[in-house]
Amino acid sequence: MSDSRNARLFRLALWAAAGAAAVLIPFYLDGFWLMAGLFAMSAAVGAIGLNLLTGATGQLSMGHAFFLAVGAYTYVYLSSESDDHLAGLGLPTGVAAIGAILAAGLAGGLFSPISARLKGAYLGIATFALIFLGQYLMHGAEAVTGGYNGRAVPPLTLFGFSFADTPELIVLGIPFGALERLWYLAVLVLIAAAWFAKGVLTGRPGLAMNTIRDHETAAGVMGVPVSRYRAGVFVLSSMYAGLAGVLLALVFQRTVPDYFGIVLALDYLAMIVIGGLGSVGGAVLGAFLVTLLPQLLTRYSDSLPLVAQPGTSGGFSPAEAARILYGSVVVAVVLFLPAGLLGLAQRVRQRLPGGLPHPSTPSRSAP
Amino acid sequence: MTHFAELLLTGISMGSVYALIALGFVIIFKASEVVNFAHASLLLIGGFLIAELHGRIGFWPALLAGAAGAALAAAFVEFAIIRRSRAANHSVLAIVTIGVDIILATELTRRIGTQVMAMGDPWGDAVVHFGEVSIPETRLVALIVAGCLIGTFLLAFKYTGWGVAMRASAEDQEAAALMGVRLGRISLSAWAVAGALAAVAALFLTVFPTPGLDRTTGMIALKAFPAAILGGLDSTTGALVGGLIIGVTEALMSGYQGEMGSLGRGLGDVAPFLVMIIVLLIRPAGLFGTRELTRV
Repeated sequence: MSDSRNARLFRLALWAAAGAAAVLIPFYLDGFWLMAGLFAMSAAVGAIGLNLLTGATGQLSMGHAFFLAVGAYTYVYLSSESDDHLAGLGLPTGVAAIGAILAAGLAGGLFSPISARLKGAYLGIATFALIFLGQYLMHGAEAVTGGYNGRAVPPLTLFGFSFADTPELIVLGIPFGALERLWYLAVLVLIAAAWFAKGVLTGRPGLAMNTIRDHETAAGVMGVPVSRYRAGVFVLSSMYAGLAGVLLALVFQRTVPDYFGIVLALDYLAMIVIGGLGSVGGAVLGAFLVTLLPQLLTRYSDSLPLVAQPGTSGGFSPAEAARILYGSVVVAVVLFLPAGLLGLAQRVRQRLPGGLPHPSTPSRSAP
Repeated sequence: MTHFAELLLTGISMGSVYALIALGFVIIFKASEVVNFAHASLLLIGGFLIAELHGRIGFWPALLAGAAGAALAAAFVEFAIIRRSRAANHSVLAIVTIGVDIILATELTRRIGTQVMAMGDPWGDAVVHFGEVSIPETRLVALIVAGCLIGTFLLAFKYTGWGVAMRASAEDQEAAALMGVRLGRISLSAWAVAGALAAVAALFLTVFPTPGLDRTTGMIALKAFPAAILGGLDSTTGALVGGLIIGVTEALMSGYQGEMGSLGRGLGDVAPFLVMIIVLLIRPAGLFGTRELTRV
């Protein structure tokens, strides 16, 4: 009995610490950390969506970056005013953000005739085609996307509150610019996204999705409307990607085609595999690791062995070191930790003396 | 008309090179049920070795060394990683090859840097004329060499003991193992052959009229993905047909994109993927792939 009380206290303390950190970070850390954290949180939203699709339902998607691009560019198109070169609708930014999420969902829905027919590797490479299609459209449709140079992103304004550097806002002596304001928005969005996905996964839909992943025919026989579920999850996951795209665009303040390429699409797969397939926590953990690793290595390159400082020859540049490190992490996780980092954390927790059994640990991730 | 004939010939020649790469995907998929995303890096390893060595040991030994190097690297990936993975899910195995690809590609692009490396091939920029139609000699050589290699492979696949063992294990791994087929060896040799084919493909992707090997050469290998998929991931004939379709499509689209206005720019790069999607909508397992049937 006391075990479970300890566990509850422990978890409560953990959440309280995380909450305090989320609130206090903008007051104490500088722009670099805010930026890194914002990237990580946007990536986490996208990774949660991909994990619903690939991890929980077993539909391999290598084109997630495309749906991020749809979200980011739709937001820019809807919210910008038209000028000589670029078209835009000039809608209120809040409406534009919702429109962007819906547009990403629509794009996912349009792809569903293909996703419904294909399985496994075939689906993976068909979604891979979306990346090339996306690059073609982003470079070609210059009036909407700004072509190679991309487009400036109008800052979000919600209920008269602007997520930008102006008007000036000072809270407890700290100037609250765009990054500080976006930080709280991103925290709220991430919590909402994680909470909703958790609800989907632990409820009946999650059970159906896992059954489809493990045995599609069996799922169909048991009465799961397989194709409707597959299409539905594809749309939902695209909407998550669209939301992540909007957040990213707001943080970058500029959208460029090159960002939404193959590398980004593969990064997302790495995130869910490293964190742990099929779980919300795993997606968040993986997203933070994959996004923060290169930035940390760049920031501390002078005090790390083997890593050369940017601009000098010899050794690995920080970006290269980060990529090799994280490629190795992907390989090592698949080989040694089939349940990802989250699975490892749960295993460690179970083995601690007087261990804290996690009530929600699914039995299949046990060794 | 001359323009069309030239484009067609270029397309067929490029298609045969794509077919070499696609055949690699197919062999690996048949032997270990893995979609190998590290193939682009294996190709880059082969090309890089040829480009580095030809100055010191001559072109032909360098080509051999490149093929051997890529074959060894591929075999090592199979031996050290694929074989040891306990992942039941094939998507996860595909993702592990992405990890391998990231490591290899990062190291190779670091070594290549901003260079454009010459391959030291004996054909140079010679051009062959057939009446009005003219085509670089390298394209013809590519067509002949790829044709010979693919032909040899298909014959070996059909008639040698290795080919029989390979087909048996692709059909039913367990039954093949019970009949004395050593699955490990089959898988290892499949990876090695695929690596060697990729190295040869690397050579023909980087000779004239391409300026040479650079860090983006591996990306060209990605076009062999639609070739392998639209032919059918488990069909060797499919790889060949798919390669030719992709090569010809790409050559024609790039050749005429100037006449399509602003829509045309970059169309040659997407066209292979669009063709693939159209084929998959009609035949979800590719043109020659085995359709999965489930009986309830």
